[in-house]
Amino acid sequence: MKAKVYITLKPGLLDAQGKTIKSALETLGFKGVADVRMGKFVELTLNHGSASGAKRDVERMCKKLLANPVIETYRVDVQK
Amino acid sequence: MKFGIIVFPGSNCDQDCVHVLKDVLGQPTVALWHQDTSLKGCDAIVLPGGFSYGDYLRTGAVARFSPIMGAVTSFARDGGLVIGICNGFQILLEAGLLPGAMLRNIGLQFICKFVTLRVERTETPFTNRFSPGQVVRMPIAHNEGRYTVDPKTLREIGGQVVFRYCDAGGQLVDSANPNGSTDCIAGLTNRAGNVLGLMPHPERASEPELGSSDGRLVFESMLEALVHA
Amino acid sequence: MPDLALLKRLAKSHNLTQENYAHIVEVLGRQPTLTEVGIFGVSWSEHCSYGSSKPYLKLFPTKGKRILVPAGKENAGVVDIGDGIAVAFKVESHNHPSAVEPVQGAATGVGGIIRDIFTMGARPIALLDSLRFGALNGNPRTRFLLEGVVKGIADYGNAVGVPTTGGEIIFEKTYAENPLVNVLCIGVLPKRTIAHAAARGVGNPVLYVGSSTGRDGLGGASFASRELSEGSDADRPAVQIGDPFTEKCLIEATLEALATGDVVGIQDMGAAGLTCSTCETATRGGCGIEIDVLKVPRREEGMTPYEVMLSESQERMLLIVKRGKEARVKKLFAKWGLNAVEIGRVTNDGRMRVKEGETAVADIPASALTDDAPVYRRPVKKPRYLAKAQRLLVRRLPEPKDYTAALVTLLGAPTIASKAYVYEQYDHMVQTNTVVLPGRADATVLRLKGKSKLLAATTSGNGRYCYLDPYQGGALAVAEAARNLACVGARPLAVTDCLNFGSPEDPRIMWQFKGCVRGIADACRAFDTPVTGGNVSFYNESPRGAIDPTPVIGMIGTITFQPLTANFKDEGDAILLLGETREELGGSEYLATIHGRKAGKPPRVDLKAERALQEFMVEAASRGLVKSAHDCSDGGLAVAIAESCIMDEAHLIGATAQFGVRNSEFGIKAGQSKIQNPKFAWMHSCSASPPDASWSAARGITWNWWSTWPGVTACPPP
Repeated sequence: MKAKVYITLKPGLLDAQGKTIKSALETLGFKGVADVRMGKFVELTLNHGSASGAKRDVERMCKKLLANPVIETYRVDVQK
Repeated sequence: MKFGIIVFPGSNCDQDCVHVLKDVLGQPTVALWHQDTSLKGCDAIVLPGGFSYGDYLRTGAVARFSPIMGAVTSFARDGGLVIGICNGFQILLEAGLLPGAMLRNIGLQFICKFVTLRVERTETPFTNRFSPGQVVRMPIAHNEGRYTVDPKTLREIGGQVVFRYCDAGGQLVDSANPNGSTDCIAGLTNRAGNVLGLMPHPERASEPELGSSDGRLVFESMLEALVHA
Repeated sequence: MPDLALLKRLAKSHNLTQENYAHIVEVLGRQPTLTEVGIFGVSWSEHCSYGSSKPYLKLFPTKGKRILVPAGKENAGVVDIGDGIAVAFKVESHNHPSAVEPVQGAATGVGGIIRDIFTMGARPIALLDSLRFGALNGNPRTRFLLEGVVKGIADYGNAVGVPTTGGEIIFEKTYAENPLVNVLCIGVLPKRTIAHAAARGVGNPVLYVGSSTGRDGLGGASFASRELSEGSDADRPAVQIGDPFTEKCLIEATLEALATGDVVGIQDMGAAGLTCSTCETATRGGCGIEIDVLKVPRREEGMTPYEVMLSESQERMLLIVKRGKEARVKKLFAKWGLNAVEIGRVTNDGRMRVKEGETAVADIPASALTDDAPVYRRPVKKPRYLAKAQRLLVRRLPEPKDYTAALVTLLGAPTIASKAYVYEQYDHMVQTNTVVLPGRADATVLRLKGKSKLLAATTSGNGRYCYLDPYQGGALAVAEAARNLACVGARPLAVTDCLNFGSPEDPRIMWQFKGCVRGIADACRAFDTPVTGGNVSFYNESPRGAIDPTPVIGMIGTITFQPLTANFKDEGDAILLLGETREELGGSEYLATIHGRKAGKPPRVDLKAERALQEFMVEAASRGLVKSAHDCSDGGLAVAIAESCIMDEAHLIGATAQFGVRNSEFGIKAGQSKIQNPKFAWMHSCSASPPDASWSAARGITWNWWSTWPGVTACPPP
């Protein structure tokens, strides 16, 4: 079973990386980029019986280690 | 000889390079803004260290698209001397003017300290003032200086490597390789030999009061090469 | 009009008392608006108003012939160092944000203090960090905080291109829940081009420059002034995010703008952002200011005037520009990719007026928020712990069974051990001025390109001493800072201080505060080093109690010759111990590390003798008589000798020394008089030319010429 974790800065927090990438894309002539948010992607391979149990576990991992709950949010996708 | 130092937003070693070339070596030196498209008749170009555009995507990834880089690329293709120091090296890699790429240091931390380097080639326009195998001291200061390249390219570029991290006795040992670079590579040129990228900072080792003058030889070599060109 | 209950609830959430609220109504002559409550709340917070500390800060000497900008008048003090050069420097705390989110807390601390310096028109040339954490052993949170704070300082300082060249790190249980992150920045500028944080010239436009405003850091100033309670994890949105790339651009653009002469006033938006920068510049300029929050560049949708005024988004500045020159200034910021937007103008009525479009949302006499903010005469009471804590019977202390083991243990104590792990993560060489590298001397030394003079700087502060005797602890911090400078050959010039204490509402804390301030004030007078500014950080508490009182002294000085480093240089050289020896072991690192005790009285400091000793030290160094110098600080004499032997890894050297005391007293001597007595400086002189004895005697300096003692010479390691 695979779990994919997407971690980004909380909405509203300054994303300096995203801001810089957006302006670089504009410089290169890509029009119509309204916003860029930069984040991290973590892929986990799990030995777990149930998808719901795996998701619960991964969410706990996010809270404890993978994400910094002070400034980051995360989204977990679990796939069989 | 006229030197041009490229200033990207986020460059922070530009003035240090200006100081060495202008005040220490007494050469005419101009700062070239990243939005410029002309190199203003410079005989050699320096891409300085720093954090161009914050290095927020990948080191050097955004800077390589600056308007001035078009002129730098043509200048390099025509055989002009270009030296990229630290972030400047990273920009040259992203721009494809040098082979390979940078990873984060193997210890995953920024490292700032003096290291010892072995001069591997002395027939280049950047090292003609060194002696073969000379062990020199210069500081490094980077987070992403782990030079990496695929094995096939590594075999091809063997002759382009100019500086390797080594111990005080000139031996290539793991403990003297501060960032885990492939083959202890600290600096290399392109095939034509007119473009050099190096992670150590020669401009920080160009005056005795800073603890080493070894780096000055890099700039003096460039002068020598330009005078005899 | 919002209902009264809501206003009062908001006031309470800003820690405004009922008396404060009544005061606000009196000042305004009406009920405040929500925005006004927020503005008063942050402006009157301890963090911004210094309400509890003001009466005591007056004790500091602030005048001197070299002081160009005295304390409190601008964003940072400025000192004339001669040759037409001025130095701006200041230390500031970022303790509370770092406790909640160490990386961003420390990073934004660095960003904030750098802005204080370049708003003076000075180019920032160095950073020093004075850090305190809990004991390292066995506490994963301490490690988390240490790694985070170091990373935050590194990420920000390295990218912004200002070298982090010095500071100190101390590990002590008292800081476990409440680490201290005090950051000092130094900048240089031509003496004649000091910028001012004042709004002048009625009708002049007010420009907002730098990053856009978001909700991040909202209410951070009040947040910093509240005790870290169990619920502080829930305070999270108050964390600010730093962007060193924007700051680097802001430095360059601002210095270019100031050089044009088009800028009449400038202030950074630090704590309480737009609120403090507008009311403070207005008060300083003796005029008023009017802004429209709708014109403020924003990063987020739907922000209220309250949020815009209180946001602590980073990398923003307020500029007052000569009318007619706006376009030129804006163009300059645009070159660096930065916002520069006209948000208001200077008025003549002394009021801070905030509009949202055509609607007035705040209209307050500016001085009510600054000079006329409430000042508190807090009750003061001597704490009861002192009598017991100061009791220490040295002769009852068990003697170490193995002196070598005791020394090795001391050398390995986190507070004493090498800090290369930390300073190698900082770019300490960028700008190529660092002529004495970190870890090589008692102070950092920077060259000023093209000038013969060198600049030295250091930080110092010992919470244990201050806990045991606030007055002595305060004086010792100044004495040690000056001694650090003397050990590189520098004469001290001026001081900046960061005063870290518990809650001012606790009379015992105020007693500590008063004692420390008096000690610092007396010592600064004795060394002729005026206080040029700094910062007070109260409420450094956790549910487990307040931290030890910890004033941190930042001091600068100048050198006119080759600076000294602390490592022994050549075999056969004589080692000199300079100063008097007394039996004092109180509050020592030896006592803490080996005996696990925080007790006794800190060493007495005779300020007059200390100054004479330091002047002698500098004079001897200037005559080329000294090859190295190291002060006896944490861990003392034995540790000082050991450090001088091993400091330079490429040049290890040994030393043999007889302490000239009974063996049974080694522990005492090592821990106490020679080690902890601040009156000792190390001298390591050319063996061939001992200084003239009458020359030193004439200056009233006692010293031991150890080469005349058996076995006292530097020698290669076995």
